[in-house]
Amino acid sequence: MSSSTESVKNPQEDKFAVWKEKANRYAQHVLALPNDSFEKTIAVALGLCLVGAVLVSGSAVALKSLQESNKSKDEKVNILEVAGLKTEGVNIDEAFKQIEPKIIDLATGNPVDNIDAKSFDQRKAAKDPALSVTIPADEDIANIKRKAKYAKVYQVMEGGKIKALILPVNGYGLWSTMYGFIALEGDGETVIGLNLYDQAETPGLGGEVVNPKWKALWKGKKVYNLAKKDVHESNLSEKGQTIETGEVALGLVKGNVDPSKPGAEYQVDALAGATLTSRGVSNLIRYWMGKDGFGPYLAKIRSARG
Amino acid sequence: MNAEEKKVLVEPLVDNNPITLQVLGICSALAVTSQMSTALIMSLALTTVTAFSSAGIAAIRNHVPSSVRIIAQMVIIASLVIVVDQLLKAFAYEVSKQLSVFVGLIITNCIVMGRAEAYAMKNPPWESFLDGIGNGLGYSLILISVAFVRELFGSGKLLGIDVLPLMKDGGWYVPNGLLLLPPSAFFLIGLLIWAIRTWKPKQVEQADFAIIPAHGEAH
Repeated sequence: MSSSTESVKNPQEDKFAVWKEKANRYAQHVLALPNDSFEKTIAVALGLCLVGAVLVSGSAVALKSLQESNKSKDEKVNILEVAGLKTEGVNIDEAFKQIEPKIIDLATGNPVDNIDAKSFDQRKAAKDPALSVTIPADEDIANIKRKAKYAKVYQVMEGGKIKALILPVNGYGLWSTMYGFIALEGDGETVIGLNLYDQAETPGLGGEVVNPKWKALWKGKKVYNLAKKDVHESNLSEKGQTIETGEVALGLVKGNVDPSKPGAEYQVDALAGATLTSRGVSNLIRYWMGKDGFGPYLAKIRSARG
Repeated sequence: MNAEEKKVLVEPLVDNNPITLQVLGICSALAVTSQMSTALIMSLALTTVTAFSSAGIAAIRNHVPSSVRIIAQMVIIASLVIVVDQLLKAFAYEVSKQLSVFVGLIITNCIVMGRAEAYAMKNPPWESFLDGIGNGLGYSLILISVAFVRELFGSGKLLGIDVLPLMKDGGWYVPNGLLLLPPSAFFLIGLLIWAIRTWKPKQVEQADFAIIPAHGEAH
């Protein structure tokens, strides 16, 4: 009995022992060589690379799931925050259930069904030649050079109706391309919030785009001057834009916004000491809310509501 | 703890500080010191990398061919930095976003390379490990002092908590915007070097050459 199991086990063990013996002998042989010999240089370099590679890939693989959950949690938090749905002690995954990601075709504003909304990464798609387009320089007011053909928008549903829309935006500030979300009410016009979660503007100056006090100024502002058609009608016809798309009126202004003056609903205080970042924010709003961005999509949302 | 161990651990704090005496690792000292939290994490990351890379390099020092020794050191340092970066992304996601590329740039931090070349290649692993810790702490000391001043007077906060109430939020303090920009770290490090060299005149370097008085000034 025992002899038969041994005979099965032995050849493999033998092989392993032989390899180990060989490796050992070779290691001793290499270590004994003079440091500057050709063979030792190669062997030491290879050995080090092997150890380094195992270390790096080991940690990358072992930590991947943690990192990814951090990343998706971070994105969910950003989305909930901009829509004003993040309150103290709320469960993020639970709160996220009312939010529905959707892929839309930017050019037409129509939903696209053949792309999986969960796995679609708009930032990656913007770099992929097959999924993106180059923006002509004269139209590129947000200074982003390329954009994805499709955008991932989030719709907050309530009773079968769209309660809020969360749209990804990006644009260049002073030092960096700022990425963020803008949340609009279900009317496709009234702002709930703007959250530029990824930026590298000067801390304390342009970096104040993340300041909660400044972010609170956006609530209730209007994107398009639809309601005041009469005021801007001459402008609109000049630029040949249709009334449906409307003109993007929302932007930052220097000095304090006086709520009693007309047009205050389109104005947000610019950031003190950060002219270029403020201009960048205005531009990205103008671009993404305009006809090259979410304009067609939002026009459809508005007309669907009647 | 014997004398050598104590020396390598304590000396880099002031007497042989990598930033103020050797003037190494300046670029990250400018970049990550506008807030205490980033400075602290950066200090921790750099100290860890310096200590373990020094120990690793010291362990193989007798077998590293001199023709590829810098590359060999780099492989060890780079691997450790990537591991640290991965760990930060997994366990300190917020801070890793703020530090962005600067964790990766520890690879090129002169302190890590400097300790590998100057100490770890000639000394056993344990002492090299302590030397790495010591130099990391020396770097941390300067980084945290600079970050303390920059965050307190630049944005009226410490570790993100309001300390000086700002004028724009109804307080009395008008923050100094210059302190939030990288050049201010240069001024602060310069002032620190001045202060330390006044305290310890031994650190003042001899002039390499005497400046010849301009014509007309000699009289």
